[in-house]
Amino acid sequence: MIELAGVGKTFNPGRDNEFHAVREVSLSIEAGRVTALRGPSGSGKTTLLGLIGGLTRPSVGRVRLHGRDISALPERFLTALRRDTFGFVFQQFQLIRDLSVLDNVMLPAVPTGRAHADIHARALRLLDEVGLGQRAAARVQWLSGGEAQRAAIARALINDPSVILADEPTAHLDSALSRQILEILAELRRRGRTLVIASHDPLVFEMDLVERVVDLRDGRVLTVHGLSTVPMDKSACRP
Amino acid sequence: MLCIPNSPLAPLAGEGSFESRCRDLHGKVIFQPAALALLLASSLNALGLAAAGLFALRMLRHWNPDVGSEAQIALERRTHLVSTLVVLSLLLSLPMLALFTHTADAMAPFFAGAMCAVGSLKANAWGLPALAVMLAGFFLAAAWLVLHRLDTRGWDQPLLLAKYRLLLLLAPLALAQAALLWLYFGGLKAEVITSCCGSLFGPAATGALAELSALPETIARPLFFLTLALTLAAGTVFLVRGRLGRAFGMLAGLHFLVALAAIVAFIAPHIYEQPHHHCPFCLLQAEHGYAGWLLYPLLFLGTAAGVGAGLAAGVRAASLQAEAPRLAAALARIAVVALAAFGAAVTFYLWRSNLVM
Amino acid sequence: MNTWIERQRGLLDTTVANLRRRKARNLGLFMAYVLLVFLLASVVLFGDGMRREARLLLEVAPELVVQRLTAGRHDLMPAQWLERIAGLRGVAAVEGRLWGYHHDAAVGANLTLQVPKEAAPAAGRVHLGATLARLRGLAPGDVLSLRDHAGQPHAFVVEALLDSRSELVSADLVLLCEADFRAFFGIGAGLYTDAALRVVNPLETRTVAEKVLARLPATRVISREEMRRTYDAVFNWRQGLPLMVLSVLLAAFALLAWDKASGLSAEERREIGILKALGWDSGDVLAMKLWEGALLSVLAFLLGYTLAWLHVYYAGAPLFEPVLKGWSVLYPRFALAPEVDISRIVSLALLTVLPYVAATLVPVWRAATLDPDEVMRE
Repeated sequence: MIELAGVGKTFNPGRDNEFHAVREVSLSIEAGRVTALRGPSGSGKTTLLGLIGGLTRPSVGRVRLHGRDISALPERFLTALRRDTFGFVFQQFQLIRDLSVLDNVMLPAVPTGRAHADIHARALRLLDEVGLGQRAAARVQWLSGGEAQRAAIARALINDPSVILADEPTAHLDSALSRQILEILAELRRRGRTLVIASHDPLVFEMDLVERVVDLRDGRVLTVHGLSTVPMDKSACRP
Repeated sequence: MLCIPNSPLAPLAGEGSFESRCRDLHGKVIFQPAALALLLASSLNALGLAAAGLFALRMLRHWNPDVGSEAQIALERRTHLVSTLVVLSLLLSLPMLALFTHTADAMAPFFAGAMCAVGSLKANAWGLPALAVMLAGFFLAAAWLVLHRLDTRGWDQPLLLAKYRLLLLLAPLALAQAALLWLYFGGLKAEVITSCCGSLFGPAATGALAELSALPETIARPLFFLTLALTLAAGTVFLVRGRLGRAFGMLAGLHFLVALAAIVAFIAPHIYEQPHHHCPFCLLQAEHGYAGWLLYPLLFLGTAAGVGAGLAAGVRAASLQAEAPRLAAALARIAVVALAAFGAAVTFYLWRSNLVM
Repeated sequence: MNTWIERQRGLLDTTVANLRRRKARNLGLFMAYVLLVFLLASVVLFGDGMRREARLLLEVAPELVVQRLTAGRHDLMPAQWLERIAGLRGVAAVEGRLWGYHHDAAVGANLTLQVPKEAAPAAGRVHLGATLARLRGLAPGDVLSLRDHAGQPHAFVVEALLDSRSELVSADLVLLCEADFRAFFGIGAGLYTDAALRVVNPLETRTVAEKVLARLPATRVISREEMRRTYDAVFNWRQGLPLMVLSVLLAAFALLAWDKASGLSAEERREIGILKALGWDSGDVLAMKLWEGALLSVLAFLLGYTLAWLHVYYAGAPLFEPVLKGWSVLYPRFALAPEVDISRIVSLALLTVLPYVAATLVPVWRAATLDPDEVMRE
């Protein structure tokens, strides 16, 4: 469903601090599967995640979503598309302080112009699903790490996206809490959502969750291989 | 009885040096809060739109949506600033128009011979042009926003070039407006003997505006109502059947001109109940029930929305197949309501009037 | 349309939440904003009030005043001159007026002594301006003692106080009868201070003035229109001066607003980054920021304007009186009639809100167009 063709991203081009975060990556993400981007820090996992999710514009190459080139879309359309298609879970939770958990979860839906009551009801339901129903009115800085990450997942789901992109979702959590989060992600997978997880946490790969692993180093794809019993379609990978 | 206390009304004491100093102050109309506000507003507006105009030049030369280069991303970012500037400019132009005409009207007692806004505006050569440029700026900004709104709704931004070409027109207009206002307020001298509106709109006057006043009601009246009816009919057809959109836009523009002529030719005299008083500015005064403050906003709103609807209906881009007609319909609805209300208000004033011309 | 409204509502909700969260940070700027509106509005409202008073006063003034000049100085006018003016075509009525100044050492100010056209007090009695009465501690029935031109004390019985509504005009006024006036100043019969004219056709005032000058070259003719323009000009000028001074303040405020808006804290930057990553586009963030500015402006303007209104119309504008009223010792204490003038509100709004918008627009735009992937680059 998402295809990257010869995609590269260079930050600060032509300047002293020029930095090639991702180089010539061609990759395809299949619907309904769980793909993991694996590599040491600085290998370009996060930037690649951003490129896949339309958060980062490629310096070269093309990104296609459902066969449509999205790399040249005007910001407005790209953003709307991203909002409807992708839900992001960030490394540092990235919740907004002093707002309630509920307000945080509702934020991504504000620009859609959907009815306030609908958004409100959906946010409450999602918080229930991740086990935070009791904490809806709490300010986010009072949440524990595990709760904060669950709130972030609920927020990623508010616009009902088909793809969840998670950047190091377990980075700041102990094993027990990490498992809890991975369980929630697994549940999302069972409900038919596509997942892309950037991580170097071994726990992520131990669990029977990830179906395909993309190994990265220095912004390039080293290998792509299947992990689970689910058969892989080799033709989909073009390293 | 005129008493002459030593202070605070000292100027009346008429001590020579003091009086002459006061006479020097006659010209300082510029210190009026309204004048200062207008000068500030128009200067900032000109600054913003001039920057936008320069950006439009860059945009027309370098825009290339196919590359993700930093330069292209920087251009795209800047479009947000430019569109915000034009929105603010449009929001600004309405209070500015109102304030300018009101101030001209309120300043009339300053000038010997002035009875209403016309006298103040004619106190030097820049008043009437400033008003005309302000009006043009309002309509152009409105048109720009229609294009902009549509353009941002099409994934391939089909109206981008048209939009920025129009901006090249809008920017010099804003500069001209600011320059004219500075010239006007800076050059106002109260000693100037100006003329009252009768010299511009009246039997004794000459020139194009006088010709309008001389237009007999037997011609002007049917012409006005015919144009209004045609415009409203086209608008209704467009709303119901989705056809005649462009014709509606053009009719709305034509109706504007006819309506202005009609106000001078017969609507104003009926409101004043004086056959030879044709001035379109005296309508703004309290003794005529502020009729102008009802008629002009409706007319301007209806015209801007109507022309905008025609513009939107004329857009043929594939990526706007759904959006363009939707916006056109929304604008047409506003235009039809506003113009109908305008027509109703005119009818009411004519019906109430005891004047037989 | 509904989506539009819902979107704006959502943006507004977020804005309100943001303002509430950063109360402390916004408070300083808000206070400065309120202060600015308050000062500007006070100056404008006060000047307007004064101008209105002066206009009211002039409505009853004669169309033309003729004064005799001797060697370029104001001199007393002989009664024959009045007759010569009355003979001019276009003059409806001429009336010789008697008024003069008297320095009152007890108050330390100049009083205006005048003979009213009608309803003059009886001999030995005066009508007194309220301010003067207050300063001298006089009430009806008391005695006002003044030294005449020859240094002899004259005692007048205060018959009545003048209506305090016209106190601006009558602050230092002493009304007395003609005989008392002439005796007090030593002005012989047949001489007048100046002449007041009514003309037949107000549109011909200028022509009549020219005729007066032609017949009596050693005079100065002042028309009511001219006086009104002079008043307006003087008040405009007195109002413009503080406005000019305040424009420095305005610039300082714009600088402060710009600094506040462009000096985004790391926290705010991060928050905007989060919003953009979550699917807000630059337009959404920009709209939210503009809402923020609009809310701040509306609140500051309403508060500042209301305070200025109370300051001018109910507290007597203690801040600006010295500049705007003149430099009189006999300070009239009076209440300006409250009035709400929409065009003044629009002017003030433009003068105060525009600099704020102009100063914050570019910083706000910069913040709104931060890259959406910024949050991920930590």
